[in-house]
Amino acid sequence: MSTIAARPESALMPKRHYANVKHSVASWLLTTDHKRIAILYLISITVFFAVGGFFASMIRLELLTPKGDLFDGDTYNKMFTLHGIIMIFFFLIPSIPAVLGNFLIPLMVGAKDLAFPKINLLSWYLYIIGGLLAVWALVKGGVDTGWTFYTPYSSTYAKTEVFLAVSAAFIAGFSSILTGLNFIVTIHKMRAPGLTWFRLPLFVWAHYATSLIQILGTPVVAITLVLVGVERIWGKGIFDPSLGGDPVLFQHLFWFYSHPAVYIMILPGMGVISEVITCFSRKRIFGYEFIAFSSLAIAIVGFLVWGHHMFVSTQSTYAGMVFSFLTFLVAVPSAIKVFNWTATLYKGEITFEAPMLYAFGFIGLFTIGGLTGLFLGAMATDIHFHDTYFVVAHFHYVMVGGMVMGFMCGLHFWWPKMTGRMYPATIASIAAIIVFIGFNLTFFPQFILGYLGMPRRYHEYAAEFQVLNVMSTAGASILGVGYAIPGFYFMWSLFFGPAAGPNPWGAKGLEWQTQSPPTTFNFDEGQPIVVEEAYAYSIGGSESVS
Amino acid sequence: MSHSSDSLVAHHFEDIEQQNESAVLGMWLFLGQEIMFFGGLFAVYLVYRFKYPDAWAAGSTDLDITLGTFNTVVLLVSSLTMAMGVWSAQTGRQKSLIRYLLATLVLGSTFLVVKFFEYKHKWDYHHVPGPSFSFQSEHFPNAAESNVQLFYTLYFIMTGMHALHMVIGAGLLIWLIVLAWKGKFGPHNFMKVELTGFYWHFVDIVWVFLFPLLYLINRHH
Repeated sequence: MSTIAARPESALMPKRHYANVKHSVASWLLTTDHKRIAILYLISITVFFAVGGFFASMIRLELLTPKGDLFDGDTYNKMFTLHGIIMIFFFLIPSIPAVLGNFLIPLMVGAKDLAFPKINLLSWYLYIIGGLLAVWALVKGGVDTGWTFYTPYSSTYAKTEVFLAVSAAFIAGFSSILTGLNFIVTIHKMRAPGLTWFRLPLFVWAHYATSLIQILGTPVVAITLVLVGVERIWGKGIFDPSLGGDPVLFQHLFWFYSHPAVYIMILPGMGVISEVITCFSRKRIFGYEFIAFSSLAIAIVGFLVWGHHMFVSTQSTYAGMVFSFLTFLVAVPSAIKVFNWTATLYKGEITFEAPMLYAFGFIGLFTIGGLTGLFLGAMATDIHFHDTYFVVAHFHYVMVGGMVMGFMCGLHFWWPKMTGRMYPATIASIAAIIVFIGFNLTFFPQFILGYLGMPRRYHEYAAEFQVLNVMSTAGASILGVGYAIPGFYFMWSLFFGPAAGPNPWGAKGLEWQTQSPPTTFNFDEGQPIVVEEAYAYSIGGSESVS
Repeated sequence: MSHSSDSLVAHHFEDIEQQNESAVLGMWLFLGQEIMFFGGLFAVYLVYRFKYPDAWAAGSTDLDITLGTFNTVVLLVSSLTMAMGVWSAQTGRQKSLIRYLLATLVLGSTFLVVKFFEYKHKWDYHHVPGPSFSFQSEHFPNAAESNVQLFYTLYFIMTGMHALHMVIGAGLLIWLIVLAWKGKFGPHNFMKVELTGFYWHFVDIVWVFLFPLLYLINRHH
């Protein structure tokens, strides 16, 4: 396995840094330092990841046998609903933006903090309030509508804690909006001298596109959830069929946000991959502008494809055809990224550190997830695959194979920057491989299950599907081990890891030019001045940027 | 950068221009999300209006056009006083700043009081959606009562969301009046007034769309 080439053996932990200037609990809970807020987010999303993971494991346990022997149907409905709500609203959406984006964007643009530090802290509190409401809904008996809250079941018939759950998602939504707002203003107004738009790291471009979706999409789902909440309390409402209301209108409004939200859950991961691929192949990025603009293209076209969730929900065929076409169009910028990363690797000096292994995992799994999305975006095949395990496998390849891999990739890449310490490289690489194997064993059989016709969201299934379900559950256990191992060595690293020094990977970018961990105001020698392109690695110099 | 404004620059900004430009851009983005928030409601309105034109006309005709028009005028004037307030802050006119902010607050509160009586009127006539809802229209016999109830549900949610924004705006005005009283604003420090002005104008504009869509459809009957 690889060695840590650029880390001087004599590196020492800096005496003063953002994490040790003050020690009291209040100094953390009332901090306006973007790096400390990022750590608060890291801890909180890890807790929610564990909770969501618990529900996932309950689902896989139940599906070990064809009979519903562990839970009854109602309990099972709550299991997958809570898994979805917690993983999407409280883990995936905040994961890379709120943790890595928060920590890194000011460093990457050479600023002392985000534009609105207090609003940044407010975002975290909104997230926590939303999270506590979700936990309260869970403790009071759970929710069983599915994370999509489809009406009229959610608004009229469900007897579970729908109101609490939609309130939780509503409040967490404003956390997401404010984070996006903070990022966009920071990127526009706080770049260091010389840091032109086309010198920005692609991580920043990806977050810019993500933030646009957060600001323009989230409010629509917020008002939609308000309408559901009002209907539950008032007894009468907008989607109520007895008044002539249209439940499918809810689906339109919901997916107007929730499909773009899928890109909130993948674009930041793509940003991470651009950073890591260049660093560990020592090569300039191939086609900088194409990658940068493909992020924006995904964000914009992503707003026009929501109808592909409703091919079988009474939507007109002509509308379906347009949505199908636009869905295929999103594949173009996504593919541009994958091709450009691959071209970046070509003739690079590739090393296989743990972050790079996760990056490889991301590219492969995201490609599978993306391509299977086309099966679902085509109207004819979607009629067969709709609401089967094929859909479940598809979005887990994108969300888990893509975003969670991207998050692990980024966390391993910037951990030395965030904590100032290294983690054991070999164990980290082994964990990455375990995650990759476990993931594929969990979700690949689900493609086949869906193809064979096993529907999603049932706690029982026909006996002929058992072999593939057992494989999936076995894979989930391996995946669980793969996720647990980093928990242990990261904790070890916090106390005993060797000091990393400012730039253990020999990476480019402003965040690597300050000490690890950085001081409270990031650059003690004053605002840095940027004189070169992003990714000015030794190979591929002819890839000039205008 | 003028030295008098040094203390106004937060630690993470290089100068006052950067700080002010950031604040203005941030407010525009916030208003962008507000547009999408109300946009969801307007989309719902459009879908149902095309689906149930008679019920929409019936419900709309029954709204109190006099009070609605009065409130529209009140809000437009309040936008003027708000703009004058911002100008007073920018030019350092302390007393007129307080006067204009107070005027804006009074006008905003007037709007809310009138809105309250409109709501109460609807309650008295059983036009509030719920079990006791009842509605008959002479002019629109084709309008189903259930669909008119849908119109009123939307009416209450849209005007209610707008009123909620007005209440928040009134709170911001009170905060500004207190700060202005303490002499916190001047030619180098007026961003809070300016940004509240942005917000206030936005809420007014929402009403400018709500008023014709809710009150003025099919008045020719």
